[in-house]
Amino acid sequence: MHATREIDAAPDMGVEQHHDHAHHGPASGLMRWVTTTNHKDIGTLYLWFAFIMFLVGGAMAMVIRAELFQPGLQLVDPHFFNQMTTVHGLIMVFGAVMPAFTGLANWLVPMMIGAPDMALPRMNNWSFWILPFAFLILLSSLFMEGGGPAFGWTFYAPLSTTYSGDSTALFVFSVHIMGMSSIMGAINVIVTIFNLRAPGMTMMKMPLFVWTWLITAFLLIAVMPVLAGAVTMVLTDKFFGTDFFNAAGGGDPVLFQHIFWFFGHPEVYIMILPSFGIISAILPTFARKKLFGYSSMVYATASIAGLSFIVWAHHMFTTGMPLFGELFFMYCTMLIAVPTGVKVFNWVATLWRGSITFEVPMLFALAFLVLFTIGGFSGLMLAITPADFQYHDTYFVVAHFHYVLVTGAIFSIMAAAYYWLPKWTGHMFDEGLAKLHFWCSLISVNLLFFPMHFLGLAGMPRRIPDYALQFADVNKLVSIGGFAFGLSQLIFLAVVIKCIRGGEKAPAKPWEGAEGLEWTLPSPAPYHTFETPPEVK
Amino acid sequence: MSRRSTLSNRRWRAGGILGVLSAMAAPLASAMPLNMTRGVTEFSREVHDLHMIIFWICCIIGVLVFGVMFYALIRHRKSKGAKPADFHESTKVEIVWTLIPFAILIGMAIPATQALVNSDDDGSKPADLTVQVTGSQWKWHYKYLGTDVEYYSLLATPRDQIAGKLNKGDNYLLEVDRPLVLPTDRNVRFVITSEDVIHSWWVPAFAVKKDANPGFINQVQTRIDEPGIYRGQCAELCGKDHGFMPVVVIAKAPNEFDAWLEGEQQKVALAKAEEEKLLAMNMGFDELMAEGEKVYQTYCAACHQPNGEGLPGVFPGLKGSAIALGEVNAHIDIVVNGKAGTAMQAFGKQLTLAQQAAVITYERNAWGNDTGDAVQPSDIHNFLNGAQ
Ligand code: HEM
Ligand SMILES: [Cu+2]
Repeated sequence: MHATREIDAAPDMGVEQHHDHAHHGPASGLMRWVTTTNHKDIGTLYLWFAFIMFLVGGAMAMVIRAELFQPGLQLVDPHFFNQMTTVHGLIMVFGAVMPAFTGLANWLVPMMIGAPDMALPRMNNWSFWILPFAFLILLSSLFMEGGGPAFGWTFYAPLSTTYSGDSTALFVFSVHIMGMSSIMGAINVIVTIFNLRAPGMTMMKMPLFVWTWLITAFLLIAVMPVLAGAVTMVLTDKFFGTDFFNAAGGGDPVLFQHIFWFFGHPEVYIMILPSFGIISAILPTFARKKLFGYSSMVYATASIAGLSFIVWAHHMFTTGMPLFGELFFMYCTMLIAVPTGVKVFNWVATLWRGSITFEVPMLFALAFLVLFTIGGFSGLMLAITPADFQYHDTYFVVAHFHYVLVTGAIFSIMAAAYYWLPKWTGHMFDEGLAKLHFWCSLISVNLLFFPMHFLGLAGMPRRIPDYALQFADVNKLVSIGGFAFGLSQLIFLAVVIKCIRGGEKAPAKPWEGAEGLEWTLPSPAPYHTFETPPEVK
Repeated sequence: MSRRSTLSNRRWRAGGILGVLSAMAAPLASAMPLNMTRGVTEFSREVHDLHMIIFWICCIIGVLVFGVMFYALIRHRKSKGAKPADFHESTKVEIVWTLIPFAILIGMAIPATQALVNSDDDGSKPADLTVQVTGSQWKWHYKYLGTDVEYYSLLATPRDQIAGKLNKGDNYLLEVDRPLVLPTDRNVRFVITSEDVIHSWWVPAFAVKKDANPGFINQVQTRIDEPGIYRGQCAELCGKDHGFMPVVVIAKAPNEFDAWLEGEQQKVALAKAEEEKLLAMNMGFDELMAEGEKVYQTYCAACHQPNGEGLPGVFPGLKGSAIALGEVNAHIDIVVNGKAGTAMQAFGKQLTLAQQAAVITYERNAWGNDTGDAVQPSDIHNFLNGAQ
């Protein structure tokens, strides 16, 4: 890999290496974080940002659940309720899950492939720092006269074009910024992986987290421009008199949905593929056994990503498609169950005849395995077109996507945080407190989302601020689960702060069965990772 | 940790989980059904059976996969002295567990395809009755094609029940002023569209859910087996009152349905005659105000709010507004024709002349607007004729 050498000497890197003959650390003070180009600093910024957004979006979920605690309107009016569901969805998708994954990529990709830093550190700084502004704009729109966006995170036209408020302009602007940030982050990941791998690290030797992020990055580059196009069309329809989505002017509101879901379906895989990589790192560690079927994991990930481009219309079975379309999208969607199944079987085979221990990262990974699979089952049910006529836009769907997003994506992020926290901070975390966090989260999250399946089957539509009396008991239960889950996350905050401030010193490799280049570095990892590339056999 | 405390710890944990499960089971077992309704159409039963098939397949796969997993977690623990094996791939096994799911999926796809093909309505199958369903923020408009019968169907739950000032009735939020009436044992086609945003017309007992897209028409057929009252809701986020847009269908035996439709047609004819008579007379101011308040609270208050103050930035207030205090004809125009590109609908077709006259009178005199204007049905009639 002679490319490594060249990039190493590139001017961008040189700035820091100028005065960096000794191993000195970061600049001090606030400006360190504003101007930093260090992949670890930027990873940390991303992770904190994502966590704050998780709490903000979670607070909005609590408003939703408080209103739904009992039938009738008690706390908020329906218009504000719609703003809460919309902004909750947007924040969780673009503000919590995606930045958390980018943060993990920043921290881990260079350490896992034996690189000194990300390939494009200046751009890295920018791609992080525009994010807080995107979300400030989005959140400030809630305080405008007429309120913030209230058309769901899917912003279907013509609700978002003809019938929305002026805050739509701010919404579009903030989505553009989020999209730019994601694309820059993706480019950085791709360039880093292609150019900065340590000598001897062939593609098929890369850790799966690196592989899954590489594929995710390509998905991002493919679909974020589609989202940008969609919001721009919404903007011009609303403010400049175009009629892309207005039938009266020759447009078509269903066209909007095709465009949106052509972005939106790959997007939901963007939010789960890196999880696959994380789980594939953690299960082998605590089973003390190599991952089963490494290469089929890579192929399965790639085929899931490929299939994600031809299944978008399974979100649109009720819009009125020709029979042929409904059949085609049903078959393609069902097909995704095959590579996903392969992954689950491989993970189970990894556990089989291992030597298993239950440290906290492992607990979260095992919970992921079970609960994500349950989300996969409900996904398979949703794929069956005639049955989807009954499930579509009910709480069954809400249950499904929270199983894959919360007990899938978020649980894997928690697992990752606990797994690499000793490497990041140099301290072991408080195991007792972390276990408390796990068990509280596990029980409350199921209390929160499992009964939603029944609500949906019994006929409760999603996105409603009030409901018929028959749904009252179950909604109460779900809300209690919601508050408990929200509170449980404060334990996580406590664990992380405690771990940053001190605790038992972590060895370079705190987990007996761990494998990978990151564990060859001391804990905490030095400010500049691999200044001389390690040799990979 | 001693063996004893591990045990008690474990017992405590098991007890906790059981406690949570039983706490979940108690309310679930009360009023709400836990499963999809089997419904009253052939298609809905097909869908229900399909749903149960996939559900059980998922359960079986789940039990197998999680069974193997938990076996490994229990038996292959390090604390039990398990030594890790060193196998890490097997092309044979991996091919087998690619092919088996594939076969299962084909098994699922066959009945799904059949159900879908049977239910497909491309407009070529004969229908005994066609009803046009139009979604309209936030009510449904039903039109029996080929007859004069058409009407709007609005949420009938009083606002005070929603606000918690009155006790909630049994069919809270699932009741309307005028349900859709359909015959049993006949092929009914719905042609579905919308006047504003996308709505979705859904009756679970028929397994019919179809989007109402503005500017486009969707078709779907159904055939109801049993007389009864069937309830559903709008299933696509359609703005502020999306949660308050129920669907209620009354299915009657064919002969009863025919009698009903006949009666409705006579009522339409009678109402037309009444309107003609009204044009010749003037309604009293108090009568207009009383009727106007009723119409306002039913049709207008959802947006402009019961106190006429609107929602700033979303829906304009009428209290002291330029329209309500200004020229009468401009006021009539906006009520009759709506305002294009906004949520303000055209009420000309939805309300009778008397209702429109009354509500405009009400808006011009309520909340301290006090213009003293009394708008008569004949004013609306003249406006319509003048405007044409
Ligand atoms: C604290 C835990 C959470 C609770 C209690 C919660 C609750 C809810 C509720 C009640 C809704 C509204 C459903 C509806 O009526 O359509 C919702 C929507 C949504 N949630 Fe969550 N949620 C939580 C966490 C998350 C997370 C972590 C994510 C993302 C990874 C997420 C993503 C979404 C999305 C995308 C929507 C759809 C918004 C829309 O319909 O426009 N949620 N959530
Ligand atoms: Cu609607």
